[in-house]
Amino acid sequence: MDAEETKPHIVGYSVLFAVWAALLGLTWLTVGLSGTGLGSFVIVAPFLIASVKAFLVVDYFMHLKYESGFFKYILLVVLGMVVVVAWLVYQDVAYRY
Amino acid sequence: MNGTTGAHSHRDYTGSKIGMWLFLFTEFFLFFGPILLYTIFRFRYPQAFIEASRALDTGVGVFNTVLLLTSSLTMALAITAMQKNKKGLTLILLGATVSAGAVFLVNKYFEWGAKISHGIYPGGEALAGNADGGAIFYGLYFFATGLHGIHVLAGMVIIIVAALMVHEGKINSKDFVKLENSGLYWHLVDVIWIYLFPIFYLIR
Repeated sequence: MDAEETKPHIVGYSVLFAVWAALLGLTWLTVGLSGTGLGSFVIVAPFLIASVKAFLVVDYFMHLKYESGFFKYILLVVLGMVVVVAWLVYQDVAYRY
Repeated sequence: MNGTTGAHSHRDYTGSKIGMWLFLFTEFFLFFGPILLYTIFRFRYPQAFIEASRALDTGVGVFNTVLLLTSSLTMALAITAMQKNKKGLTLILLGATVSAGAVFLVNKYFEWGAKISHGIYPGGEALAGNADGGAIFYGLYFFATGLHGIHVLAGMVIIIVAALMVHEGKINSKDFVKLENSGLYWHLVDVIWIYLFPIFYLIR
């Protein structure tokens, strides 16, 4: 790779504080939605909100946004594996019960 | 010799981080298993899972979530501070991160203690008559939060070691990949909690 990699991007304090504020806001949202009795939405919404929060942590706190493409590709491979494994397990469960 | 002597020392900044990320992916799958199991049993025993979840104190869960999110902030701030060569600030922020982790574990200790004293633990008397759902919920709860707690403890030890290296100058504004990798581990612990918190405390 090139010489740029020895000079990592420095993430500003204000960006990190903004991400933290967003994470707290999303926590408030997900707690507020709890027990509202909206059917399967009650199960799906927390997972969606948690995924947005996880994305914020990974992208900004873990600096993925500022890494080279390779890091993003290996994350995509992992997410692909998550989908495949979940699909296979759900197929198995649906077939058994 | 110590990796800071000059341009010819053997260091691979990107390689170090790739190694850490690959390790974190294996950690992620360690927790993905129980979370997948949770979703399966949540659909099989919806009522039992809702009742079991209601016995957990959401207030404690929220407090611990805010604590871990804030500790993730202080960890990320510590890395920025180190990159800007602010050693004192870095050490203060690392101290704050470890302290938040310690308070998290103390809360978890009391939370677990309250449940165990009511006979709610794997094999406990309160769950004996509740083989359908309730026992599975608490089995997953104790396994996942226990495994997570061990990771919090490990993360605290790693950050303390990193802080000592910052203090000694082995981690500095020119060579901070060990601090970054310590931070990556701590953030992963936070990401896992981001999923564990709603599945045990909020999906009801």
